[in-house]
Amino acid sequence: MTLATDSPGRHSVAPGHEQDLFDTDEHGGRGPDFAAIRGSAEFALLRRRSRRFIFPVSALAMAWYMTFVLLAAYDHPFMSIQVLGLINMGIVLGLAQFLSTVVIMLLYCRYAKRQLDPALEAVRARAGRAS
Amino acid sequence: MTGAHVLNMAAAATAPSTTAVGANPMLNLGMFVGFVAVTLYVVHRVSSGNTTTSSYYAAGGEFTGGQNGIALSGDFLSAASFLGIAGMIAVHGYDGFVYSVGWVVAWLVGLLLIGEMLRNTGRFTMGDVLAYRMRQRPVRVAAAASTLLISYFYLLAQIAGAGGLVSLLLNITSKLGQSLAIVVAGAIMILYVLIGGMKGTTWVQIIKATLLLLCMALITVFLLGRFGFDLSDILGQATQHNSLAGAILAPGTLYGKNELDFVSLALALVLGICSLPHVLMRFYTVPNARQVRRSLVWAIWSMVGFYFCTLIVGYSATALVGSDAILHAPGKENSAAPLLAYAVGGPVLLGLVSAVAFATILAVVAGLTLTASVSFAHDVYANIIKRGDAEPRKEVRVARLTAVTMGVLAILGGILVNGKNVAFLVALALALAASANLSTLLYSLFWRRFNTAGALAGIYSGLGSCMLLIVLSPVVSGSPDAIFPNMDFHVFPLSNPGIVSIPLSFICGFVATLVGSRADPAKQTEMEVRALTGIGSGLPT
Repeated sequence: MTLATDSPGRHSVAPGHEQDLFDTDEHGGRGPDFAAIRGSAEFALLRRRSRRFIFPVSALAMAWYMTFVLLAAYDHPFMSIQVLGLINMGIVLGLAQFLSTVVIMLLYCRYAKRQLDPALEAVRARAGRAS
Repeated sequence: MTGAHVLNMAAAATAPSTTAVGANPMLNLGMFVGFVAVTLYVVHRVSSGNTTTSSYYAAGGEFTGGQNGIALSGDFLSAASFLGIAGMIAVHGYDGFVYSVGWVVAWLVGLLLIGEMLRNTGRFTMGDVLAYRMRQRPVRVAAAASTLLISYFYLLAQIAGAGGLVSLLLNITSKLGQSLAIVVAGAIMILYVLIGGMKGTTWVQIIKATLLLLCMALITVFLLGRFGFDLSDILGQATQHNSLAGAILAPGTLYGKNELDFVSLALALVLGICSLPHVLMRFYTVPNARQVRRSLVWAIWSMVGFYFCTLIVGYSATALVGSDAILHAPGKENSAAPLLAYAVGGPVLLGLVSAVAFATILAVVAGLTLTASVSFAHDVYANIIKRGDAEPRKEVRVARLTAVTMGVLAILGGILVNGKNVAFLVALALALAASANLSTLLYSLFWRRFNTAGALAGIYSGLGSCMLLIVLSPVVSGSPDAIFPNMDFHVFPLSNPGIVSIPLSFICGFVATLVGSRADPAKQTEMEVRALTGIGSGLPT
């Protein structure tokens, strides 16, 4: 039963007090100046940081997964190489997919906390002034 | 003790005249009734009112990231993945494990590309996000069509499995008895959705997912202890009790006949899961984008844990129960996990696993029904028929009515397909989601120029090509286990259309956007800012 506590103005129906900052249509005023926000240096930084991480990392994760799938589909001898007792390459690579998923998740969370969230706060502060 | 005992039980289950030796239907039924009673009470408690669209559709966005993350994994740990994948590993070995990997990796798509931005731009449905800067009516029709179609196929796949499960767990073998069980299960599910709305349904998911995760973790720890924490030993014993012997450790037992078909399936899996409508809707039940991120972190942890357990449970089921016993039990592959539970924990553990399996079907089906009903009430009724001017109370009433309709359709469909091989429906739903939803969502969130023509082309080319290819595939005709085994009009060699339909929808969306008229630049700017920052998302869409 917790309402938005750590992030301003996202709640769509029961507007938090933060929303007054933007003077939205619901209160009969004009909305935030999106063009000004988009043109700001703060927004450009946020967009650059966001895309710099999520595009290459998503591509890498997909490529790594498809490598695993293609090996499982077409290279049975390779996947059957025994690594430890009866545990073979196929099982090791499959578990490595689990591991890489967790690692990417943790890296993203760290990046978001250190790079994205501060940049987002900067945009919000700027937007608060602009409107 | 184990092998013989379980064989007895399997024999008892196939021959209804014999009293069940191990499986105690009354115990199973008792645990199941207990679960239903507890969840109905919880659903009733948490959902006083539910008269506003926000509380009925998205629980007022009130769930925390952690709660929502558990519910998200609950949406995914359907009977198909819980019983199905454990069974696949038990019977077919390694190929079942490869399949399960897709269910884990797919969450990265939700975490990195979709989740947070979707929360920033929409309110209740995928239609919100798409229609935001486009021509409302045609885009909402397309989004609703995609949502309803995907949800119904997924729903049908879930409820079709219920018949087999009933015969396995409650020892009901007559078609009439199974149909009755499907009706009862469907009625309970409708009750959850009607009383609980999104909040109640989410709590059912949380309770069920917690039980399921705990259950799997305990069984896995027990199994690991039993085999001296030696995975190699489990694998070795599995090969001795599987008719495929050593082949179950290498790829190829299941997907070896048509490699490209498997690649197509894997693609649909990894791209489709986070584009399924009922998953998209889960991103709206938390207050903000940061909580969406937390939800996904919780979901990924539990999925990784769960599918690791599934690997152990699957191979152990072969090692302790044997693949022949599994295949001879009613429910075939699906019976691997319940039989293993019986072998290691006796009737009580079997009863627990059975109750959780039932709960799983109920909860997932309830989530799907809710999604479909919200899409119809919000996109079709409120925004198309009433042109965005619907009274919230009436809109919720329409949603409830749609839920009942959808539930009845699911029950009828479930009875009709009971006992038939409809496993392809899950793959089809995923391929549809990956083709129709993913391309349009990604373009919408990341490409400024994307417009109405592009959205319509993306959705309809994805839906159309998937449906056409599946009709022309060996799933429908021209193979012994096809829907029409005596006819042969198949021209498409794969039973998974994803590898063709996913790129096709991306290309169609791209080309149509360039050809179509430019959208309002102010709206495009607003969308771009909102997706990244969430600023202004309090605005009515």
